[in-house]
Amino acid sequence: MSARMFGAPVQRTEDERLLTGRGAYLDDLGADAYAAVFVRSPHAHARVRDVDVTDALDVDGLIAVYTHEDLTGPMAEPLPLLLPHPCIVDGRTPHALAAGYVHHVGAPVAMVVARDRYLAEDAAERIAVDYEVLAPVVGIEAAVAAEHVVHAGMSDNVAAHLVQEVGDARAAIAAAPHRLELDLDIERSACTPMEGRGVYARWDEAGGSLRLYSSTQTASGVRAAVAAKLGLDVGRVEVVVPDVGGGFGVKIMHPWPEEVMVPWAARRLGHGVKWTEDRREHFIAAAHERGQRHTVRAGFDDEGRLLGLDVEILHDNGAYLPYGVIVPIVTSTQLLGPYKPGAYRVEFRSLYTTTVIVTPYRGAGRPQGVFAMERTMDAIADRLGRDRAEVREVNLIRPDEMPYDQGLLFQDGRPLVYDSGDYPRTLRMVKELIGWEGFAAERERARAEGRRIGIGLACYVEGTGPGPYEGGHVQVGTDGRVRVATGLTSQGQGHHTILAQIVADELGVAMSDVEVTTGDTRRMPYSVGTFASRGAVMSGSAVALAARKVREKALRVAADALEADPGDLEIAGGRVHVRGVPGAGMDLGTVAVLSNPLRYAFDEASRAATQFARPADHAAPPVPEGDAPGLEGTDFHSPLRSTFANGAHAVVVETDPETAEITILRYCVVHDCGRLVNPLIVEGQIHGGVAQGVAGALYERMAYDADGQLLNASFMDFLVPYASEIPPIRIAHLETPSPLNPLGVKGAGEAGVIPGAAVIASAIEDAEGFPVRSMPISPSDLFGLRRRFAAGEIPPLRRAERARGRRANETGEPDV
Amino acid sequence: MKPPPFHYHAPTTLADALTVLGETGPHGKILAGGQSLIPLLNMRLAAPAHLIDINRLAELDRVDVDDGGVRVGALARHARVEADRSAAEAIPLLRQGLRLVAHPVIRNRGTTVGSLVHADPSAEMPAVLALLGGSLDLVSASGRRTVAAADLYVGPLESCLRADELAVCARFPRPAPGTGTAFVEIARRRGDYAVCGVAALVTLDDDLRVAAARAAYLSMAPVPHVLDLIEAVAGRPPDTADFAAAGRLARGRLDPEDDIHATAEYRAHLAEVLTARALREAAEAAVGALGASRPDPERAT
Repeated sequence: MSARMFGAPVQRTEDERLLTGRGAYLDDLGADAYAAVFVRSPHAHARVRDVDVTDALDVDGLIAVYTHEDLTGPMAEPLPLLLPHPCIVDGRTPHALAAGYVHHVGAPVAMVVARDRYLAEDAAERIAVDYEVLAPVVGIEAAVAAEHVVHAGMSDNVAAHLVQEVGDARAAIAAAPHRLELDLDIERSACTPMEGRGVYARWDEAGGSLRLYSSTQTASGVRAAVAAKLGLDVGRVEVVVPDVGGGFGVKIMHPWPEEVMVPWAARRLGHGVKWTEDRREHFIAAAHERGQRHTVRAGFDDEGRLLGLDVEILHDNGAYLPYGVIVPIVTSTQLLGPYKPGAYRVEFRSLYTTTVIVTPYRGAGRPQGVFAMERTMDAIADRLGRDRAEVREVNLIRPDEMPYDQGLLFQDGRPLVYDSGDYPRTLRMVKELIGWEGFAAERERARAEGRRIGIGLACYVEGTGPGPYEGGHVQVGTDGRVRVATGLTSQGQGHHTILAQIVADELGVAMSDVEVTTGDTRRMPYSVGTFASRGAVMSGSAVALAARKVREKALRVAADALEADPGDLEIAGGRVHVRGVPGAGMDLGTVAVLSNPLRYAFDEASRAATQFARPADHAAPPVPEGDAPGLEGTDFHSPLRSTFANGAHAVVVETDPETAEITILRYCVVHDCGRLVNPLIVEGQIHGGVAQGVAGALYERMAYDADGQLLNASFMDFLVPYASEIPPIRIAHLETPSPLNPLGVKGAGEAGVIPGAAVIASAIEDAEGFPVRSMPISPSDLFGLRRRFAAGEIPPLRRAERARGRRANETGEPDV
Repeated sequence: MKPPPFHYHAPTTLADALTVLGETGPHGKILAGGQSLIPLLNMRLAAPAHLIDINRLAELDRVDVDDGGVRVGALARHARVEADRSAAEAIPLLRQGLRLVAHPVIRNRGTTVGSLVHADPSAEMPAVLALLGGSLDLVSASGRRTVAAADLYVGPLESCLRADELAVCARFPRPAPGTGTAFVEIARRRGDYAVCGVAALVTLDDDLRVAAARAAYLSMAPVPHVLDLIEAVAGRPPDTADFAAAGRLARGRLDPEDDIHATAEYRAHLAEVLTARALREAAEAAVGALGASRPDPERAT
């Protein structure tokens, strides 16, 4: 029996190829394709009066220039609203090329196709667009004020409005012994994967079919959307996703304007066409996230137990709403975290602004929700003079209350029911890991050295692995190798490794004999995509179920050949044999041969399956009724609901009293994603997530000016932290299995990022002694807060005042 | 992000390079390390009709150290200057500054002279040249001249080089005996352009009292800005000199601007704090330098 792969810290099988430069990303394909470039709006809001291409026509090597006027039928219509929701008041989506108006800097106005990218950019530069500049709407305040509207025909900028309520929150708050109100802001950020977007299309005139390569998180979604736009049967569209250099959410959005224009042009020109996004385009023409304002009102008892919670959210969705309201819905629901809120009311307004669209970025609304809830927990603790961890403790859902129904509808349209988890234990573990109890002494030692340190804590619950479904196809070849396909796509997470681990165990084969294909509609046309930490939950479960079907068939076919009872057989090391008698058996490859009755032999192995090769039961057909030829199986996992992972982060930070520099001294993570398929990969996911959490807390923001120009649209000024900015991370795992899937797993991809802003704000606030209500925070921002605090414009934390009083009593002198 | 068309020249002698530069005039641009120029081309923020690649002019790839100081040729990469032990011994500030220039991969390619003529007010090496009172040798088909750092910088990304001139060598003079230097800066991420940076120089006299105290500032003015701060600390021994007062003095003479990374007020505050830190560190280095060159009778007890 070979060692079990599930749960083992197996090295990623992808890495040798990717790290030695043998990956094939979108831009590595189609060397002979024409290059596409898009002329983009330099204005945040404008009417397009005229597009004059005359000068561009002189560029040698120009193939074509297209504007909206060249588009007909579905291509001339707005792009789809992917996720309709009844709360959407007026759902606007962009056209593939501007149809009279542009609503953000970077909106595509014209498409240039040329022999290569250089020439295409030369030509694009010569296209003169005449704009009538209209009033920009930048930021939540301007969107609410609605002095100007983003979209003609609307009287304000409200794209969607939703209220969810469990109990009577406002009455509960009014009747509570204690009340508080907080305004909490999170600024915009973005995924910024190392590889931007990209599309390469080839039209096959003879077959009347399209092959499309896209750097996307959903092959099947792009396929359906492009087929609809081009008026093609989906059977004539193949979407293949090559290696993808990161996604983090932005590539689940589809179809992008470029994603329909490139195949449209390839078909029209009868020639391959490719577009590779550059970095500036990614900043101004892909998607952002995170920008939200939250007003929290809480009522609580003397122990800090929530009695009522009333949250109003203003969400900046940018110029259009193609991805619906997923982000504010996730914030609304996941804000509750591991806590019982008493009565709960949440209301959001999703607002149009003349900025880049908002679609989910790793965490997808949760970082904002956790920020709102955890800042509230800290504020309650401070109001009551209680330990911050204790206040969280009294509000936690207990393990014996699982499954726990929060009474809301989640982002998948299914009930928000937590399936499993041990939240009190998670909290205890993170306190131990960071040294919560000993911190007061540590703080005093630092203070004696003239140093300022603070500690923070934040808990979260993350709904992962939503449906509707994902599929797996497992096939054993006559060479004994196992080929696995699943439809969702991989952007570097290590899916190929974990899916091979799962199938190797289920089938009793070596991992090295398992080949995995993702994101190729030729191999698995039914799929949804990679988002919401669903790869392991959905495709992991699907390939396990498919492998079980294959195993069952392998045992049946082998039992027939070996004249044994299937119940007496087992599979190990790629061989089916009688249990306890390793010699009495056959290779899986031979079983695969036998599973496909043949008329014609084409090699030595296949002779065994031909019609005169062995005695047959003449009373039964060669392929039994209800069976199919071949040793393969397909199955789908479609869960009842999302499964809910959870965790807690804690951090110690130091703030320089003079320069306001913020340094993370240590960062601890307790993480429960159910059963771990591969602890090495899970920890890698956590490391990357924490890095993006630190980024969102201390570095990354979108600096829009009042005209809607993004001032930091480059990696020089949009500060993705380097390895030198990321602290060492200590991780402890809990493994509470999910009852909702055959593997007991929960998603792990996004968790690391979720409490970043909350936990770091908590620690900075603790170090400084005044509240931090807006993130991210830079040293310059912290310096500004100190100034306002010194001027009496910000109240001190009550615990900081109490500590000062205590020190004054002990030393007999006031502490200054 | 592809450059507009340009003619590419790759001269193999300095004379050829100067001829091409003379012919192309304002339409020509010198390519050395390319760490600033190539991004500008790719973003189409610059569109010179001619690129003159000087990477084949091996005669410019040199670092020379003598009694006068350190001479850095136009093709010497930052990394080479940083690694040059005799240069670092002659002028420790060179290595102190170079360590803060971006990241190692950029220092492997980018040239020190290229950085000097790029005239970015946030760059370290122009501040080093300005603080030391160095100069730049410029040659053209019509002649040669040397321009002092104080006259070199006209504005952000703007120097007094004529279109036909090639900077062939930077001259960093040795500071006076008894001098210590320091370079401190605060950047948002390691290797980024500084939010505020201070290069400081302190010279002690034979009685170990402060005889000179100057600082050069990055990201605080349109050009590298040198302040003489001696009045705050003149004649004091380093351990009682009021470097904080020097910081306040500096702050009063600087008028930085806001940008997306920092407010002007924060920059001014940092200038005050970092000035004091840098001067103190420079004074300690000066004491150390003197201690190394002669025994200190008071400390020997």
